Amino acid sequence: MSESARIGAAGRRIAVRRNDSRARRHPAWWAFLAHRVSGIALAAFLPLHFWVLGQALRGEAALDSLLRFADQLLFKFGEWGLVVLLAIHLTGGLRLLVIEFLPWSGLRKNWIAATAGLGIAGGLAFALALIG
Amino acid sequence: MSAAATQARLWYWQRISAMMLALFVVVHLATIVYAVRGGLSGAEILARTQDNWWVAAFYGAFVIACAVHVPIGLARIAEEWLGWSGRASNAGAVLIALALAVLGFRAVYAVVA
Repeated sequence: MSESARIGAAGRRIAVRRNDSRARRHPAWWAFLAHRVSGIALAAFLPLHFWVLGQALRGEAALDSLLRFADQLLFKFGEWGLVVLLAIHLTGGLRLLVIEFLPWSGLRKNWIAATAGLGIAGGLAFALALIG
Repeated sequence: MSAAATQARLWYWQRISAMMLALFVVVHLATIVYAVRGGLSGAEILARTQDNWWVAAFYGAFVIACAVHVPIGLARIAEEWLGWSGRASNAGAVLIALALAVLGFRAVYAVVA
């Protein structure tokens, strides 16, 4: 991926990589995809999150009415998903930092397992807090 | 500055901001889990944040790290998945960085001031 990043939009070489199914039959590819998709989702959510908090400029009541609007099962499920994605992106990002900044020791599949584990743990903690 | 030097610099800032965000996100996740117990209300949030300059400093730094980290990541995705040129994706990244910084600081100001 770093090579394709350097050559930018040089389509052909990237297309060959994309179509190589052998690369996808690997936990590190799924870790890459999870990190990227979670990053996109979090980036899409962030402006909305800032906008909702910014409603406090119009007073406590304005913020409250938005929070009450978001107090529905669908929104709660969405919030739960975002917490899971944040935990996944955090741990997946730590794995990348470990790979890049610590002495080379393979693709750190233990960190891929930790990414999945902390995603589940974060989701459970949030779900329990919502219920409690 | 050459395109390669720009990429290297952006990689550096992406990683530095990631290190900051790792710390911020751990604290933020713990805060979320603590805060949502028993439901969220505007009064409850503002009671914790208003005139709290620790909150302002923490989330102000959080916003800066986001405004650096998110646009660089999105620019790389635009190049690799959408075929954008480096020039176009970096220009887009600058716009997103500015938008996130403005919206983020506005949000911090709204809950602290």
